[in-house]
Amino acid sequence: MNNIIKKFIPQILAILFVVLIFGFLTLNAQTNMDNRGIDFGFDFLSQESSFDVQFSLIEYSGSDSYARAFLVGLLNTLLVSFISIIICTILGVIIGVARLSSNYLIKNSAAWYVEFFRNIPLLLQIFFWYYAALRALPMPEKANAWFGVTYMTVKGYYIPAMIWENLNIFLYCGLAAIISIIVLRNYASKLRDTQGKQIPVFLYSVALLIVLPLLSFLFGGVSLGFELPELKKLSKISYIYEGGISLPPELIALVLALSLYTSTFVAECVRAGIEGVSKGQKEAAASVGLTPNQVLKLVIMPQALRIIIPPTTNQYLNLTKNSSLAAAIAYPDLVLVFAGTALMQTGKAIEIVSITMLTYLTISLTIAAIMNWYNKKIEIKEK
Amino acid sequence: MQTIKFLKPSRDNIKNYSIIGSFLVLVSLIDVISNAFLKINLTSFLPGSLTTLFPLIIGLIGLNMMRIDYSGNKTLDLLNKNINTNNFNALLTLLILFSIIKALPQSLSWMILDATISGDSKDACTGTGACWTYIKVWFRRFMYGMYPNEFHWRINTAFILVIALGFVGYFMKDNLKKYLALYYVIIYPVIAYLVIYYLISGGSFGLQWVETGAWGGLSLTFIVSFFCLIFCFPLGMIFALGRRSNLPAIKYISICYIEFWRGVPLITVLFMSSVMFPMFLPEDFFMDKLVRVIIAITLFEAAYCAEVIRGGLQSLPRGQYDAAKSLGMGYWKMHIFVILPQALKLVIPGIANTFLALVKDTPLIFVVGLAELAGMLALAKTNPKWLGFAMEGYIFASIIFWIICYAMSKYSYNLEAKYKTER
Repeated sequence: MNNIIKKFIPQILAILFVVLIFGFLTLNAQTNMDNRGIDFGFDFLSQESSFDVQFSLIEYSGSDSYARAFLVGLLNTLLVSFISIIICTILGVIIGVARLSSNYLIKNSAAWYVEFFRNIPLLLQIFFWYYAALRALPMPEKANAWFGVTYMTVKGYYIPAMIWENLNIFLYCGLAAIISIIVLRNYASKLRDTQGKQIPVFLYSVALLIVLPLLSFLFGGVSLGFELPELKKLSKISYIYEGGISLPPELIALVLALSLYTSTFVAECVRAGIEGVSKGQKEAAASVGLTPNQVLKLVIMPQALRIIIPPTTNQYLNLTKNSSLAAAIAYPDLVLVFAGTALMQTGKAIEIVSITMLTYLTISLTIAAIMNWYNKKIEIKEK
Repeated sequence: MQTIKFLKPSRDNIKNYSIIGSFLVLVSLIDVISNAFLKINLTSFLPGSLTTLFPLIIGLIGLNMMRIDYSGNKTLDLLNKNINTNNFNALLTLLILFSIIKALPQSLSWMILDATISGDSKDACTGTGACWTYIKVWFRRFMYGMYPNEFHWRINTAFILVIALGFVGYFMKDNLKKYLALYYVIIYPVIAYLVIYYLISGGSFGLQWVETGAWGGLSLTFIVSFFCLIFCFPLGMIFALGRRSNLPAIKYISICYIEFWRGVPLITVLFMSSVMFPMFLPEDFFMDKLVRVIIAITLFEAAYCAEVIRGGLQSLPRGQYDAAKSLGMGYWKMHIFVILPQALKLVIPGIANTFLALVKDTPLIFVVGLAELAGMLALAKTNPKWLGFAMEGYIFASIIFWIICYAMSKYSYNLEAKYKTER
C-alpha cells in the first residue's frame, strides 16, 4: 500500500501540474483572443500573401498563398543549411586532422583557429561578414572577374548559370553509375570473402563515375551551355549584372559565418574521434601486415567514425537551428518570411509561431531518430 | 632520385648542409618580409610567376638540406622534429610563415599605425586606418546602453555586490559548509535579484526609476546570462532526474520537455516570448519584456543542462546506487549525498560548455528589441553622424566576447583538473 502511494502520488501531482499550467494558459489565450476579436484557425494559409520575397528557389510572387511563402522560407533555410554543412565538414575535417599534426606551426594554427571562431557569438560573426566584410567589396562596375567568369560584388556573387539540354538523361546516367558502383562493391567484398581476391574497387568506381556521364554527352544528346553574367547599365551610376545566377550577400555572409563557426565544433569531434582510437589498434593492424593505407581505411577510420558521427550530426542539427539567425540580416529564411513578415501581416501569433517551431522540431526529431537507429546499428556488439 | 639524394645531408657533411640550408631559408624569409613590409620586390628580375614562387622554392630546398635524423645538434633536431619532418610538412610550415608575414603589415597598419583614437567626432578620423575614436565616444553606450550616464555607478555597484556575494562560499566556515548548496540554489539568486532590482531599476531608497527599456549594452548581456545561468542549473537538474526516474508519467513529461526545447532554435523561442506569450497571460497581468526573455532563455537552456547532467548520472556505475540503497537511503538522500556530488563533478566540462553557449546566445535578444551589445552596435552603425564604422564596432564587440568566452573555457579546464578524481 505504502509503495503504491509512493509510486502514484508524485505522478498524479506531476500530471495535474502540467494539465493545470496548460489549462491556465489556454484559458487566458481564449479570453484574450475573444477580447481582441481574433479567431484561432489555419485558414489564413490559403489566403493571398501579398508580400514579396527577395530570394527564393521556387517561383513565388505576392499573389501566392501564405502556405507557399512558408515553403519558400523552408527551402531557403534548407539551402543555407545544406551549403554550410558541406563547407563546415570539409573545413572541420582538415582542421581536426591538422590539430593532430606533428608540425608545431600547423598544430597551433589549427588550435588558434578553433579557439578564435568558436569563442565569438555567431550573431556577431554574421553581422561582421554582412555589415563589415562584404560591404567592403567593389561595386558591380569595378568588380574584377574571379576565375574569369564570376564576379564578387557588394550586391552579391554572380556565377554563370548552367543551361542543360536533356538533363534527365544525364541524371539517369549518374544514377546508373552509382548503382553499378554499389553492385561492384558488393561483388568485390563477396569475392574477397570467398576467394581472397582483391580488385581495385576505388579505381573502377572513379572510372565508372566519369565514363558513364561522359557517354551521355557523346551519345545521349546531352549538352551543357553556360549563361555568363553580363554588366548592364541601369542608370547613370547604377550598374547590375544580368544573366547567370546571383547569390545574394545575405546568403554568402550566412554561409561563411555558419560554416566557419560550426567547423570548429566539427574539428573537435574529428580530433576526439581519431584520438579515441587506441594506439594498440594501429600497432596490431600494422603487425598483421596491413599497409599504412589499409590501416587507416580498415582499422582506424571505422572505429573513429563511430565516435565522430553522432556528435557531428548533433552539430549539423545545431547549424540548421542556428541558420534561423538569418532573420537578423534579412535573409528570407523560415523565421523571417513566416514568423516575421507573415506574422506581421496576419497577426496570427499563436498559429504562426507554433507552425515555425513545429517545423524545426520535426527536422530535429527526424534526424535524431535516424541517428539513434544508426547508432544502434554501428554499436560494437559485445558478447 | 639522384638530384634529391644530392640534397640529402649525412652525418659527415651536416655542418655545411645546415649552414647552407638555413641561409637559403633566411633568404626566402627576407624576400617575403621585404616584399610585405617595405614593398620591395627583391626578385623582380625573375620571369613571371617565378617571382612569387621563388621564396617557396628556395625555402623548400633549404629545409630539405637541413633534414636529418639525429644530427647531434639539439636545436637542429628540435627544429626538424617540430616543423620539418617531411617535404609536405616543410611546405605547410613555409606557407603558414609566409601568410603570417604577408598579413601582418596590413592588419598592423589598419589596427594601430594608421588608426585614430584622438578627438571626439567623426572628423578626427581622416586616416586610412581604423577609427577607434568611434569606440571611445560610444564606449559608455556599448557598456550601459541607454541607461542615464549619471547613474552608471549603480550598475557597477550592483555587479560588484553580486560578484562579492558569489564568493561568500569560499569564506564560509566549515560548520556552515553544508548549507552551501542551499545558499547557491535559493538564497543567492533571491539576494542577487533584489540587489539588481533595487539598484539598477531603482524606484525606492531615493534612487530614480530606470525602466528596463533603457538597459542595454554589455551590462545587459551580463544580467541576462547571470540570471539564466543560476536558474537553468537547478531546473535542468530536476528534469535530468525526472528523465532517469522510473515513474513513467514523470519520465515522459521530462522527455517531452527536454526534446521540445532542444528541437527548436532559440530565436523562435524569443519570438514566442515576445509575441505569443503575452496572449497566454491573464488580461491585466503585465510582465516586463526583459523578464519574459530571461524566462524564455532559462527554460531553453535548462533542457540542454538536463541532458548534460543526465550524461553524468548515466556514467555512474550501478554499484553506487546499490550501495546507497543498501545503506537504507531513500531516493532524495541517495541523490543528494551520493549520486549528484559525483555526477556533477563528472559533468563540469559539459556544464561549462552549456553556460558558454548561453553567454554566446545572449546577443540574440537583439531580435526582440532589447539593445545589448549587438543591438547597441546596430544603433550606433545607423547613427547619421557615425556612418561607415561597422568594422570597428564588430571587431571591438568580437574582442570583448572572445575574452569573456575564452576566459570561461579556460576556467572550466581548471575546474575540471581540480575536481578530477581517479576512478
